[in-house]
Amino acid sequence: MEKKISFVLNGKRTELLIDPTETLLWVLRNQLGLTGTKYGCGIGYCGACTVLIDNEPVRSCSLSAGEVADKKVITIEGLAKNGKLHPVQKAFAENDALQCGFCTPGMIMNAVGLLNKKPSPTNDEIISGMEDNLCRCAAHKRIIQAVHDAAIEMKGGK
Amino acid sequence: MKKRQNKISDTGFSPESSSSGMKRRDFFKLLGGGIMIFVQPWKMIDLIDSPAEQGRSLPKDYNAFLHIAEDGTVTCYTGKIEMGQGIITSLPVMMADELNVPLEKVKIIMGDTDLCPWDAGTYGSQSTQSFGQSMRAAAAEAKVVLLEQASAQLGVPVSQLDVRNGIITDTKDPKKAISYSQLTKGKRIEKFLDVKPAMEDFTKFNYIGKSYKHSDANLKVTGQAKYTGDHKLPGMLFARILRPPAYGAKLKSVDLSAVEKLPGVKVVRDSDFIAVVSENRNKSDDAISKVKAEFTIDEIKVNDRNINEFLLRSDTTGNVVRTAGDIETGRKNSDKIFESVFYDGFLAHCPIETHTALANIENGKLTVWASTQTPFPLQDRLVREMAMSRETVRVITPFLGGGFGGKSAVEQAVEAARLAKLTGKPVMVAWTREEEFFYDTFHTASVVRVNSGIDNSGKITFWDYNVYYAGTRGAETIYDVPNAKTISFSKSRNAAAAHPFSTGPWRAPNANTNTFAREVQIDIMASKAGIDALEFRLKNLKDEKMIDCLKAVADKFGYVPAKSPSGRGIGIACGSDAGTWVAHIAEVKVDETTGKVNVIRIAVAQDMGLCINPEGALIQMEGCITMGLGYTFTEEVKFEGGNILSKNFDTYQIPRFSWLPKMDCVILDRKDKPPRGGGEPAIVAMGAVVANAIFDATGARLYRYPMTPERVIEAIKKK
Repeated sequence: MEKKISFVLNGKRTELLIDPTETLLWVLRNQLGLTGTKYGCGIGYCGACTVLIDNEPVRSCSLSAGEVADKKVITIEGLAKNGKLHPVQKAFAENDALQCGFCTPGMIMNAVGLLNKKPSPTNDEIISGMEDNLCRCAAHKRIIQAVHDAAIEMKGGK
Repeated sequence: MKKRQNKISDTGFSPESSSSGMKRRDFFKLLGGGIMIFVQPWKMIDLIDSPAEQGRSLPKDYNAFLHIAEDGTVTCYTGKIEMGQGIITSLPVMMADELNVPLEKVKIIMGDTDLCPWDAGTYGSQSTQSFGQSMRAAAAEAKVVLLEQASAQLGVPVSQLDVRNGIITDTKDPKKAISYSQLTKGKRIEKFLDVKPAMEDFTKFNYIGKSYKHSDANLKVTGQAKYTGDHKLPGMLFARILRPPAYGAKLKSVDLSAVEKLPGVKVVRDSDFIAVVSENRNKSDDAISKVKAEFTIDEIKVNDRNINEFLLRSDTTGNVVRTAGDIETGRKNSDKIFESVFYDGFLAHCPIETHTALANIENGKLTVWASTQTPFPLQDRLVREMAMSRETVRVITPFLGGGFGGKSAVEQAVEAARLAKLTGKPVMVAWTREEEFFYDTFHTASVVRVNSGIDNSGKITFWDYNVYYAGTRGAETIYDVPNAKTISFSKSRNAAAAHPFSTGPWRAPNANTNTFAREVQIDIMASKAGIDALEFRLKNLKDEKMIDCLKAVADKFGYVPAKSPSGRGIGIACGSDAGTWVAHIAEVKVDETTGKVNVIRIAVAQDMGLCINPEGALIQMEGCITMGLGYTFTEEVKFEGGNILSKNFDTYQIPRFSWLPKMDCVILDRKDKPPRGGGEPAIVAMGAVVANAIFDATGARLYRYPMTPERVIEAIKKK
């Protein structure tokens, strides 16, 4: 049964007439054209589909569209402001913290979520906070460095 | 004296016959004016002393490699693809240096069968060492052409000209200058290169040897980089295909009634090939779960626990790949003899992007966007499967979300093409993770038997090496042994397939298996001889590159010699792959009650010849080390009765952040040597270096990877 669902997507009020049981990942990619959010495993084990729901990192492959009604959803496309990269995006680019780039949007969204909660994470907190996001090219070392750098820049900006 | 040919008729080049899709002449017209340099690849490959390409023989025409447009933009056309290894960044660096143009003026078009020259595929760490060198030659030739043009226009001999940033200047009168774009304006010059031109001396490099960030990083951190699955065409359908529950299963009956009633969903059927399609991926996913199918299962007896014994019992033929001296003489001259058997299982590739393809047929022409490492072999496959002519099939390769050898298999693209034909609509096939595991072309399970001996001085007396199913990559003896024999056993010609499912190349194919067997056997001998593992290697090596790497890594690590097992948990291993030499030293911590092993730190030294982009090469080394921890500790495809039990990342563990050791990588300075491969070498010794470090820590010897806690405990009990 289709239903009207309303939420704030990347800062804009969005309304969809949709079956609320549809998986959020495919709604974002398919109906809304936001293909930065990736499918990797479909059961929440890899993190390639991570988005922010009310500032918390969430696996969009394991969430239905109905569950985000009236919430704030941010995808990788909504991170840069006025063409200026978010500090986490910038740190990933500057640290070469990616190879094929397919896990990168999910990594970045997860890292933003982590820094929202812990603005000054220790190395161990970064590792445990990023642990469930998988990267097969194995850019882990540089991703950890990028999260450190982003944390410093974000505090400096405040 | 250099010979250059300009006339098409002299060269055997036919612009009408193209190895790709679009008629070459049409394509060249599209390029407009400027300078085009064509390289005859099979000749270039001889000239640059590279290994012969595999598969389809190279086309007998020239291939457009390089175009300098009227605005001075240099475009490099390559059938190679970008999958994270970074050639999208490093190939333009090579071009910029040969042509003396600003790096930002160099563009690269990759993996499009209509636009790019034929290429066997992107694998084997060949892009820089083979293809890159051809491109450099083409660029060097282009510069000669431009210098000749400038010489005529400026009235100055070529020898008196200098090029910087795309501007040619008279060294005696700097006011006399002309840019590449001025030279190419209104002109159309085609050159056919069949003689190796002199390439730029490394002392004159402006760009090569400096470090570059990924040129595609901005696209990738913003989510704008388009992978195959991110493409959309009007009316595009998402397909889900009915899959068998196990290998060897056949469709007995199917009930599609529930699915046929679903709104917005269509069933497509061509005998046993059944799919549901919808413009909404969620609806296709829902529909496929509602298909009721029964299969007959012809249960396969082999499983992940008995596969190695099964392989040894299978009908094999041995191929002697190397002999030196006489094994029996070697045995007689030995004071100690060692006989070992090493094992490994199937490995999955696990790119985070699953196999994906979008196919569209329009006006009799099939276009397929595919996540593939082999766009041209895919084109060939589509020509056969779809009974179409090569001119009507185009493969376009967007960014790849990882390959590791697994995307040399292209089944998903054939499925998408079939469905596009059956539906008359553009069709996207994006495998689920379960499909990815089920249809992956795994690294093969294998067995290696090594018999070897040493004399009382610690010199290796003989080396009798027998590898089953893993082939010879990485099976070089490396050490200086007077009596040696290497035999590679594979399936006999008429025997039934030994493997229950498809196998294929997995990052540094089989070099991991062979390096593991060799380097653990070396460690066994060093330990029994009572000689430090580094000293034992140096004593038995003549290969200077290997010796240099070992010394460099020992220096980086701060290695202190000791007889193993020393209790410190420090291991050594070395090897070579893709023309590159590597040496590793690792320190591990073993929890002897749980069997859990942590790599605390690792140092790696690598001789890869001229290093084009040192930062990019370091990233590849770090990637190899980290990915190598996967096959070392956890990765092994579980299967039973023809079913793949490893279905997702919960049942097949790949490396995570918490596994990360401290890494120190060194790239030896070899600017005067040709560039070699960098995407694979540093992974080959990972299993061995960890096994040797575990032995040094505990005195327990592991002959099989992955070295799971259970296997470590078992080895500790056995010692």
